Amino acid sequence: MKPRKSPLLTGVMAIFLIYTLVPLVWLLISATKTQDDLVSTAGWELGDTFALFSNVRETLTYRDGIFLRWVGNTLLYVVLGAGGATALATAAGYGLAKYRFRGRRAVFALLLGSIAVPGTALAVPTFLMFSSMGLTNTIWAIVVPSLVSPFGLYLIWIYATEAVPQELLEAARIDGAGEIRIFTTVALRLLAPGIVTVLLFGVVGVWNNYFLPLIMLSEPDLYPLTVGLSQWSKQAAGVGADPIYNLVITGSLLTIVPLIIVFFLLQRYWQSGLTAGGVKQ
Amino acid sequence: MAQPLVHERGRLLARQESKGWLFVAPFLAVFALLFLAPIGYALYLSLFREQTFFGGNVFVGLGNYADALSDAKLLEAAARVLVFFVIQVPLMLVLALLAALAIDSARLHAAGMFRLVIFLPYAVPGVVAVLMWGYLYGDKFGLAGDLNNLLGTALHPLSGSWMLPAIANIVTWEFVGYNMLVFYSALRTIPEELYEAAAIDGAGPIRIARAIKLPALRGALVIVTIFSIIGTFQLFNEPNILRSLAPNEITTFYTPNMYAYNLSFAGQEFSYSATVAIIMGVLTAAIAYVLQLRGSREAL
Repeated sequence: MKPRKSPLLTGVMAIFLIYTLVPLVWLLISATKTQDDLVSTAGWELGDTFALFSNVRETLTYRDGIFLRWVGNTLLYVVLGAGGATALATAAGYGLAKYRFRGRRAVFALLLGSIAVPGTALAVPTFLMFSSMGLTNTIWAIVVPSLVSPFGLYLIWIYATEAVPQELLEAARIDGAGEIRIFTTVALRLLAPGIVTVLLFGVVGVWNNYFLPLIMLSEPDLYPLTVGLSQWSKQAAGVGADPIYNLVITGSLLTIVPLIIVFFLLQRYWQSGLTAGGVKQ
Repeated sequence: MAQPLVHERGRLLARQESKGWLFVAPFLAVFALLFLAPIGYALYLSLFREQTFFGGNVFVGLGNYADALSDAKLLEAAARVLVFFVIQVPLMLVLALLAALAIDSARLHAAGMFRLVIFLPYAVPGVVAVLMWGYLYGDKFGLAGDLNNLLGTALHPLSGSWMLPAIANIVTWEFVGYNMLVFYSALRTIPEELYEAAAIDGAGPIRIARAIKLPALRGALVIVTIFSIIGTFQLFNEPNILRSLAPNEITTFYTPNMYAYNLSFAGQEFSYSATVAIIMGVLTAAIAYVLQLRGSREAL
């Protein structure tokens, strides 16, 4: 019953693949060039000097190693923001899937509504609110707004409905286990692929966030990588410019490599979580 | 023995009932702080106007809304994202759908590799995506410049009417793989027996795609379209970063979100900025809501 592989289809999809890869390959090649070679050689050629290592060294040490500081900030925001968001979404998604309590439908309606509310409507008022609480220009201005993930909750909810059998929970109750204990010992294990999926999307969301830190932070020492890189890029353009194209390019490469590695390593896990999440669609 | 067991079960259920809140409450608390409070605050702000000369706030009722709805800058920005939405989103979703069908068809060599690589741009920060494409578009050391030298063409993606398609291309590149993966996940949930039954009835691959796969994708289509509406109406990162490369092409009110941002952070017009944000929020939510209703009605 297995259909034959089609070279034509594979060929057409290869064009798609090339479109996807062109900017990434260009970035990889460009990160090996000196600033002079960037301007004087074509995008698909290697430069006269292989400068990848000196570019990396220069990126990490430029202005007393501010780039490393941004890496550290980004990691901190990711761990606290995405980690916290995943924990909250997991508990709430499980609660909504496995308990029948009063007000459950209201919570559902609220969440569906909130998914349709664009961040635009929230960003400026959130900034003003945080500003009046003295929270702007602190790490909490980035971490706290990252804690809510309605879509993560939705994924866990669907996943828990499928993956955690009600009978198992009742058996544990009859054995005398409390609800928290059942959650931590029985449910969490079964929910793992769903949790990894939500965590991964949360990590990408926080790692790649630009708008929120742009409005919340004015202190370069608190910047995440995204805002830092865009500042470097602006510095390369304007009047009295100090062009550091090679650092912007190498820094960009260093910013995307960790995420791509994580996606490859956890591939099997998060894809199974996502597929199960699609069940009830 | 049956009686006490039923009783026991009823007691367990009653205890369960209240324990559900235990799991949901922490999320709801943060949600209230970060969703409901800012919306309420924005609504409150939008009813006032900052007085530049005398200082202080004046209550103006719906005055800001009346101003916004006849604000040429806002209308221009809203029209621009609407055009963007009508052209870019269908293109991207059709591409994503075709890719998902191809990867799911079992007729593709190395399907797993295609799935992973086409998804990769999603892991690339928007800032980096714009920087990369910005360089590629440029004639200084980008591919556009290289192609012009090589082929004698005169491509200038960052000028004039090419700017919007140039942005559309970046957005498509970033999100087509993500949408593909959502479609693909939905396709994976179709039971294998359905295909076998259809094959026995003599249905070919095209017919199977139309009769089985596309209906199964309806829910996923509603979800990704809603996310695309929200994404489009919030368009900010791409034009805002490209602005440093093409300041004359991209105005401070190029998209509604850029307008709201610049009103707040360059103009200190917080009330008016909140008004703009609310109008765009209501517009987005209304479209998303109608879509959700239609989508779920048809899916039932």
